[in-house]
Amino acid sequence: MSIFEYNGSALVAMVGKNCFAIASDRRLGVQLQTIATDFQRVYKIHDKLYVGLSGLATDAQTLYERLVFRHKLYQLREERDMKPETFASLVSALLYEKRFGPYFCQPVIAGLGDDDVPFICTMDCLGAKELAKDFVVSGTASESLYGACESMYKPNMEPDELFETISQALLASVDRDCLSGWGGYVLLVTPTEVQEKILKGRMD
Amino acid sequence: MARMSDVPPKGGFSFDLCRRNEMLLKKGIQLPSFRKTGTTIVGLVFQDGIVLGADTRATEGPIVADKNCEKIHYMAPNIYCCGAGTAADTEAVTDMVSSQLQLHRYATGRESRVITALTLLKSHLFSYQGHVSAALVLGGVDVTGPHLHTVYPHGSTDTLPFATMGSGSLAAMAVFESKYRDGLTRDDGIQLVCEAICSGIFNDLGSGSNVDVCVITKGQTEYLRNHQLPNPRTYVSTKGYNFVKGHTEVLATKIKLLKPKAQVPEGDSMEE
Repeated sequence: MSIFEYNGSALVAMVGKNCFAIASDRRLGVQLQTIATDFQRVYKIHDKLYVGLSGLATDAQTLYERLVFRHKLYQLREERDMKPETFASLVSALLYEKRFGPYFCQPVIAGLGDDDVPFICTMDCLGAKELAKDFVVSGTASESLYGACESMYKPNMEPDELFETISQALLASVDRDCLSGWGGYVLLVTPTEVQEKILKGRMD
Repeated sequence: MARMSDVPPKGGFSFDLCRRNEMLLKKGIQLPSFRKTGTTIVGLVFQDGIVLGADTRATEGPIVADKNCEKIHYMAPNIYCCGAGTAADTEAVTDMVSSQLQLHRYATGRESRVITALTLLKSHLFSYQGHVSAALVLGGVDVTGPHLHTVYPHGSTDTLPFATMGSGSLAAMAVFESKYRDGLTRDDGIQLVCEAICSGIFNDLGSGSNVDVCVITKGQTEYLRNHQLPNPRTYVSTKGYNFVKGHTEVLATKIKLLKPKAQVPEGDSMEE
């Protein structure tokens, strides 16, 4: 079994009109046994920047703590929040530093940049950035997520429609993956507010 | 034992997770596959300079991770580099050498030479004995003229009038070997590069999507991103999915309004 299939995860981020949404499943498992159904995979870096970490849960938590540490140092030095592009480069550098003994994590970064232009990006576990203008996916359910997002995504969606689309894509995809699911968590960020919603999904 | 504090490191690779990863391997857990750029990358010398070309598909195992990635990396205003192999390695190594070239330009006050970039790349790759899996086609025009080189992951290099690398290199080389001649014009050069990349796109499974081209001549560089798009998406449904608001079942909602961040006004510096 692959190291990424040890805990199981599903992450997706989508871009809308001046907004973005990032969604994850809520299962934490140890191979085929489910340990928790409220596991947090999407973390806040600052009000307009979020990072989701799929893969091995212990590495995800360690990496999150290192990222928060680096961002707080940056805030102290620069007296402002990090831009999403800069943060993506930071994550990429931290992951590539461990090139020959990597963190088993695939981050999904989503944020609102200057002028509230949404930014999303994903990386493999070595830090190879993939910037996308529409959606990015990660986790054990990634193959189903690619398919669901390709068909359901439309450009320039308003926040309400974006929420529905990303939720449906996530729920449809995790239903085809044994290792992820047990509910969904969606975070929708617009220039004025942040909405967090817990979705009802199949608990199997 | 001293506590390991997470101060920003001095640079270079850190091997502190290697022992843990070895232990996981022994327990039967397979290491993940990294994102590779399956790739067809090419370069050729024409009468006024260099033309570089690349496809735009990034794969993760058999899945296409990115349908439109950039494989032609900037090294210097007059030098560009196409990368094949592990995506993280090609990006990191070209970024690193690009920064070193810029520092060198500041120190010497001169335009960078292609041979400088080549030497920096080959010495880095050789010192990691092929474990940094980056296969590159490096091309540029400097004061000594146009140069085209290939760099292999172990650090060996070739200097050639036309070159191809990546999984689609055989398909592209077949086109070059039959149609290349010395002293091509700019349009002929671009046309030939596009044909070679298309040959890789259509015949090699690891390459696909669009054709990127970069033309470097003395004093001018043109980066033609998505110069050809031979694979448009034809299965788009005009109706699309329409999810009505309230379609998804929600268990809990939390809404937080974002306050606009207070701006510290730029004060006058302290003056007597």
